[in-house]
Amino acid sequence: MTLLEITQLEASFNQISDALMTALKADEALKLNLLAEQSQFIRFNHAKVRQTGCVRNAELSLSLMTHQRHGYRTLALTGDWNSDWPQVQQALAELRQEVPTLPVDPYLVLPSGSATSRDHHAGHLLAPSIVAATLLPTVAGLDFTGIYAGGAVIRAYADSAGQKHWFATETFALDYSLFAPDGQAVKGTFAGSQWDDAAYQAKLTNSKHQLQQMAQPAKSIPRGQYRTYLSPAAVADLISMFSWGGVSESALQRGGSALGLLQRQEKQLSPLFTLSENFQRGSVPRFNEWGEVAPVELPLIVAGQLKNTLISSRTAKEYGKVANGASGSEALRSPEVAPGTLTTDQILAELGTGLYLSNLHYLNWSDRPTGRITGMTRYACFWVDGGEIVAPIENLRFDESLYRFLGDQLINLTDTQEFIPEVGTYEHRSLGGIWTPGLLVEDFTYTL
Amino acid sequence: MGKNLTLPFSFHLHPGCEPGQQVLAGQCRIGKYVPLPPAKRLHWILQNHIYPMITALEQQLASLNLAADWVGLRAVKATETARSVRDGFPQRNGKSTSQGIMVEVMVNGQIGYGATNSLQAEQVQVAAELAYQQAVAASQWAIYPLTPAVRPKVVGQYHSPFVKPLSALSPQEINEVLIRLCQSLKVSDQIVQTTATAITNETESWFVSSNGSEVYQKFLFLETHYGATAQDGAVVQQRSSNGYLAHSYQGGWELFLQPDLWEQAQRTGEQAVELLTATECPNQVTTLVLAPDQMMLQIHESVGHPLELDRILGDERNYAGGSFVKPADFGQLSYGSPLMNITFNPTVPGEFASYHFDDIGAPAQREYLIQSGLLLRGLGSLESQARMGQSGVACARASSWNRPPIDRMANLNLEPGTQSFDELIQDIELGVYMEANRSWSIDDQRYKFQFGCEYAKLIEQGQLTQTLRNPNYRATTPEFWHSLVRVGNESTWEMYGTPFCGKGEPNQAIRVGHGSPTCVFENVEVFGGGA
Repeated sequence: MTLLEITQLEASFNQISDALMTALKADEALKLNLLAEQSQFIRFNHAKVRQTGCVRNAELSLSLMTHQRHGYRTLALTGDWNSDWPQVQQALAELRQEVPTLPVDPYLVLPSGSATSRDHHAGHLLAPSIVAATLLPTVAGLDFTGIYAGGAVIRAYADSAGQKHWFATETFALDYSLFAPDGQAVKGTFAGSQWDDAAYQAKLTNSKHQLQQMAQPAKSIPRGQYRTYLSPAAVADLISMFSWGGVSESALQRGGSALGLLQRQEKQLSPLFTLSENFQRGSVPRFNEWGEVAPVELPLIVAGQLKNTLISSRTAKEYGKVANGASGSEALRSPEVAPGTLTTDQILAELGTGLYLSNLHYLNWSDRPTGRITGMTRYACFWVDGGEIVAPIENLRFDESLYRFLGDQLINLTDTQEFIPEVGTYEHRSLGGIWTPGLLVEDFTYTL
Repeated sequence: MGKNLTLPFSFHLHPGCEPGQQVLAGQCRIGKYVPLPPAKRLHWILQNHIYPMITALEQQLASLNLAADWVGLRAVKATETARSVRDGFPQRNGKSTSQGIMVEVMVNGQIGYGATNSLQAEQVQVAAELAYQQAVAASQWAIYPLTPAVRPKVVGQYHSPFVKPLSALSPQEINEVLIRLCQSLKVSDQIVQTTATAITNETESWFVSSNGSEVYQKFLFLETHYGATAQDGAVVQQRSSNGYLAHSYQGGWELFLQPDLWEQAQRTGEQAVELLTATECPNQVTTLVLAPDQMMLQIHESVGHPLELDRILGDERNYAGGSFVKPADFGQLSYGSPLMNITFNPTVPGEFASYHFDDIGAPAQREYLIQSGLLLRGLGSLESQARMGQSGVACARASSWNRPPIDRMANLNLEPGTQSFDELIQDIELGVYMEANRSWSIDDQRYKFQFGCEYAKLIEQGQLTQTLRNPNYRATTPEFWHSLVRVGNESTWEMYGTPFCGKGEPNQAIRVGHGSPTCVFENVEVFGGGA
């Protein structure tokens, strides 16, 4: 999507928004949410191209609220007024017919406020026709697999109260793995908005070096408890669980959160652990689906204490709380874990004897009320003895409570954070990521 | 290709014509024929979702001026209504329509794709040119030189069966059902949350290609769910209708509005409360009996995914993972006990992932993947079959118009055995019976897994006795399937589905169906919850 096309889509969104708001009746409120992208996807396997293509999509959602009831319609926005506007009109007509027949919603949130914003983060991306030719020579002869996704991503909002937001960004993300002949592998991500060939070469050089460390037989580790270092990528996976029955206020209210024990002060987390939402870096929009703007920074867990939960306006209304700009799902959007004091060059020495985990895989709650999470080790994971890497390990299953590994078993965090980009592409490309250090923990539990 | 074969439309409909009323141009039976400008025809025709879409796509295809070996156009229109209620109050009521066209272009053995949500001819042309340019740019890096043989000519149709159409219930009536379900679930003040959801989806797809394929498929999907959460201090338990959205089928409202619906909902609420005071599942190695609503997940994760040929070929290693199964294992590997018979079966009426053709047009039919425990065949599309030199099935599927087809499960079923439920457990001195998945995790080779269920019963001396909470089990895939010692007969066989099978880069969530009888496994490690 060129700058001109982004501008045209914005004009189209504004035109439809203006026309809709003008068409509203006095007892109606309306909000519009737009998700749009122009993406190039190239999928690699064995340092070759498996699939390659481009996708252009834009989905406009209309939510009509009237007489304490609400309904929505989602439809395609093509940017062509003559084809879009009749569909939008039809959607509004359908909603006007349907919504009065629906049950009353006592917790309906009507648009309010006057927030507006407009962010455009221009990027410098590879032209679609040269992505393969740029990426693949560097990995010639390697078993390189993964995906490059690049292009423009747009989020927009408008409502009948006058709030309006536009967020457009041009980004790319290369999510890749390098495999050794025996199946051992290292994982990497290279993401941003400005393609930097030298940085790409450096990233791959580092990954190749890591892969060399995998060039020895994998060691089988018996189940048990081991002192463990979790790299920032592994920590990112663990923190992602806080978005699924974690820091959500509505989940806490209805027994669906793993942090109930913490909230009731029946369990403690370590004073070393601090988690916040931090939008300062601007990689994701601060506005939510009600057009509300989240605070730049919201501390959630400070020194092990639950200071704030994510409270949407709807939850606030239901439970008499104060909303704090959370999305409807009350999931983390721009999380940050505060660093500790462990320097990078001391990680192995402080680990001493135990496991060094670069990545995790397929996490799930094994017992949510007690904060127990299960998952697998994956990619570059090593047995370390006497502060030296001995060998890669055969993958292990862990099953451990966050009240242990973020509680009294937490030894330290690294003194630097890494950005782990969100590379998900279900239905549309995700934005943002997490800033987090690595964790050193005692007696992490492995079960299979 | 290579020639610009712009052809006139052979027939159109006047706005207002109903599906099935298509007639030759200028002869519309109601209203006056009004020719549409070419740029609007595709858009207008898809909006009215009528049969001439195939013809319109063929016209579009003929108009493309690309020096390609093969070109295919796949248009999809999916209309989904989602209605959910929590604690008796509406959460979500709406309809989403996703529509668009994917153009696939094969050049020098490489396929490129371009997808657009615009149905205007000029935008489809742009998508086709992008697809062509992608294919050309990547062809020197192609992982395998494809030929049009992986996109054979096919002509046909498929329609989901149904009795009571998805339009039979109004939004108001659906909400009334969901609210009543919440009321039925609320059997106690200890129930802290009740939820009920109904999702309908009507999806049409049209596929045409430069070698003459013409496929139209119309799917009616119904996904329903209800559940309750009970809490007593720090003890929280959930119980639902066989796991989240497990009631996912093809068909109409007849699938949901069954006479025992309210009774089932009330029992679900009662069991959630019952679990609050139930005994913790013991930690021991024992005989494990799994109900079909957990077998669904067991089959999916430890049979379906490891048999996907694209995983074995390495395509998925950066995301979903590879497989412990190797190419040489087909026809050789003893995957499980002789009682294990797994079929790929997209022909089961009403099962969630039934179809006649996959998304590249390959005709679908029932195939044994595992027979008497022996691995015979993988889940691989024509592309994967060509790359690996193995037989496969018609399973190139895309989640929508904006994602390329990849190897997927469809309906993957465990064939029934010979024993009734009572016969299955009558000789078990001590064991655990588990129902309904609530936790799932397996490694990237699909080898080490750990699954948890909502509800369990202790088995003592051939009888179900006390209720157990937080039941979990863990094992490795080959060991587990070789421990299969009894398979229930058809009286125990149930089928479920899920819309959440995730895989692929870019990511795709797709619908799958799984049918299974109740099964008995020996010497499995089971355990309970707690920190």
